Amino acid sequence: MSITRRKFLQILSCSGAAVSLSQVWFPEIVQAITKKAGNLPVFWIQGQNCSGCSVSALNATYPDIAKVITEVISLEFHPTVMAAAGNLALTPLYRGVEKYRGKFVLVVEGSVPTGGEVFCTVGEAKGKAISFERWVKDLGMAAKAIINVGTCSAFGGIPAAQPNPTGAKAVRDIIPGATMINIPGCPPHPDWIVGTIAHVLLFGLPALDEEKRPKVFFDKVIHENCERRSYFEDKKFAKHFSEEGCLLELGCKGPIAHCDVSIRGWNNGVNWCVRSGSPCIGCTEPAFPFDPPAEGLYHRLAEEKIGGIPWARNLSPTKMASLVKGRG
Amino acid sequence: MHKTVIDPVTRIEGHLKIEIEVDKGKIVNAKCFGEMFRGWEIILKGRNPLDAQMITQRICGVCPASHAQASALNLDSAFRVTPPDNGRLIRNLILGSNYIQSHILHFYHLAALDYVDITAILKYKGKDPNLNRIKAWAKEELESKRPGALAPFLPRYEGDYIADTEINIAAISHYLKALEMRRKAHEMLALFGGKMPHEMGVVPGGVTEKPTVDKIASYLYRLKEIQEFIDNIYIPDVIAVAKAYPQYFKIGRGVENLLAYGVFEEDSDGTKKLLSSGVYFKGRKEITPLDETKIAEYVKYSRYSSASGRHPSQGETTPQTEKEGAYSWLKAPRYEGQVMEVGPLARMVVTHMSSKNEKVSSLISKTLKDLNISQSSLFSVMGRHAARALECKVVADRCAEWVNALDPSKPVHTPYEIPAEGNGMGLTEASRGALGHWIVIKDRRIENYQCVVPTTWNASPRDDKNQPGPIEQALIGTPIKDINNPIEAVRVVRSFDPCIACAVHIMEGGKEIKSFKVV
Repeated sequence: MSITRRKFLQILSCSGAAVSLSQVWFPEIVQAITKKAGNLPVFWIQGQNCSGCSVSALNATYPDIAKVITEVISLEFHPTVMAAAGNLALTPLYRGVEKYRGKFVLVVEGSVPTGGEVFCTVGEAKGKAISFERWVKDLGMAAKAIINVGTCSAFGGIPAAQPNPTGAKAVRDIIPGATMINIPGCPPHPDWIVGTIAHVLLFGLPALDEEKRPKVFFDKVIHENCERRSYFEDKKFAKHFSEEGCLLELGCKGPIAHCDVSIRGWNNGVNWCVRSGSPCIGCTEPAFPFDPPAEGLYHRLAEEKIGGIPWARNLSPTKMASLVKGRG
Repeated sequence: MHKTVIDPVTRIEGHLKIEIEVDKGKIVNAKCFGEMFRGWEIILKGRNPLDAQMITQRICGVCPASHAQASALNLDSAFRVTPPDNGRLIRNLILGSNYIQSHILHFYHLAALDYVDITAILKYKGKDPNLNRIKAWAKEELESKRPGALAPFLPRYEGDYIADTEINIAAISHYLKALEMRRKAHEMLALFGGKMPHEMGVVPGGVTEKPTVDKIASYLYRLKEIQEFIDNIYIPDVIAVAKAYPQYFKIGRGVENLLAYGVFEEDSDGTKKLLSSGVYFKGRKEITPLDETKIAEYVKYSRYSSASGRHPSQGETTPQTEKEGAYSWLKAPRYEGQVMEVGPLARMVVTHMSSKNEKVSSLISKTLKDLNISQSSLFSVMGRHAARALECKVVADRCAEWVNALDPSKPVHTPYEIPAEGNGMGLTEASRGALGHWIVIKDRRIENYQCVVPTTWNASPRDDKNQPGPIEQALIGTPIKDINNPIEAVRVVRSFDPCIACAVHIMEGGKEIKSFKVV
């Protein structure tokens, strides 16, 4: 049994408002994925990465990662898990890129250094080192779509933080014209990764915001659905770690962080950043990691960046509907 | 003489290239190159010291908890704050949960494909629906004859994979089960750490999360399942693979010097640890107490213009791209001028020989007996895998005791003031080995931040005395049957569980690539 595109999109766009998406995800996506989408390959390449995005993807729950790589995608290249090494790994990559030119999905993890090839080489061909920048350009232009997994490939991330010693850049700065989706997060939630890849392969591009993030996951800011929101409204602020209260004074970036983990939770919903007593560090934002001297991860947000989000219960139904549809 | 390059080395963390020269069927020369750099120390300079434990975690997504721990200990010492017992215990639980995750991930998802023949699934005749689904997938893939069939499990080097179908199919089933187990280890961690990878809860002065009764129960529930997996599946699998490849107790010996900083604080002043600190020098019968002032970094073959032989806290390095004789961006950390291996093998041997932990000692004795080998055989490919598995059990079993020692009515955090000036040091152990962070604070900002990380020790270049690092020493002498399928070489490298993103964070600024030559 398969699911219509329309129903699938409806489920995705409505579910974020109140229900943890993974609970809505599982039965529908498993029904939709009766057969891999035509064996189209996914090539996952890594640059200036820490592999946290890959480790996060391994934490996918519904569907779990084994199902993903046998029933959803054909993971033809991934340095962390693949059996082959060296030339044996590179040959099928290049052959696959040619065979599926214009039809494969390229996943990029890690930023791209532009200050010198020597900062990131990813393999050797005919005795010559291959620079990651070269790969991103060549493979990127041959792909159907590029999915940038993680804040580093999406926006530059920590490697690009000042003074950016290696000239690290986001993929969009390397190949601005390519079709791409950004799934930021440090790391991104596995639901975002698996859900977006499945969507691209089955239905094409999801609706994206101005930073090219899928609206279904990145439409709201943490502050809108934070369980400590009433403390904020009552102006009860934690001054030290482990205290009750809103974490604004400890540097919480919730008011500006486009992210749905305040609803979704982390690691199969056992906890999430603010619930565990840590301020949100805004890891899905282009500004991450909020460079000094004006900012910092624990530096309180400037007043003008806070508030302005009407408390949901005061909203008219029309206003609520427009919020659910997505930011303008 | 044949030369071959393996680039990229896969199923490790990060970007690594190996170059080996083989003569008369044995490796006579080996070179290791780390191929990626970001510059964390440069990025940390000028930031709020508090940012350190968030930023340093991003050095590595496989072992971020280790960096959080090292950073927290570092800042504790600089801020002169001591966490309360709950804080110390929760930090241990967070770090311990990640050890469990990392070790399981390493054996099954990084190393096992070097030994297990996954095509054996085609011969499966049972009724397990998961295995039958994989079998159907494998069959369809191979029948399609398309180039990427059965990716990412094929292609692979030709080699002496396990022949026994039963063992292979059990291993495949366990590979799948292990995916679930490591995911649950991260869930356990997130109960206290907020999320994983890159947990949120470890801060100077303690942790942010309170240990409620339901969290304790939820943690234990998952841990019990994982303990059963470790005892009944993971350790027996390692023993089974070791018995199938007894020659790998003689391959990959390495330098036979071991270094451990000690890890998992068992009391508030940090002197008592679950796994001890100490140094094992080859051939000696006692463990030498650790003296961290004896750590120095050498740069004769590294592209820096600074003085060689400096202690990490005195670092000031100017990168020098054109330096005669230099071939590596990585410095060569040494202890008292000697090459040191770090990691589970180091921790288990040092703890055992210090007689500091009966459980460790009895586990080692039992395993040596099971395998019918002497302690000296632990310096090997299989020895490292065995040490890692045993350590996983030791840590998991202790986590059950730590979580039961939590007191929901007591604090988890001690408030502090960030000093205007200060120095700090945090020594701990990542899953892969000894990890140190050092900080200098000036005007309430990071003036200098340094990390010396485990894989830098293990994959270090030659030093000023031309002594090669542990991985090259382990590679030399390794038999290679077929230079086009150097499976033996990658088995040696992977036994160290390399993490290159970590290793190229050698502090002392500058541009760094790990690259070293062995003659």
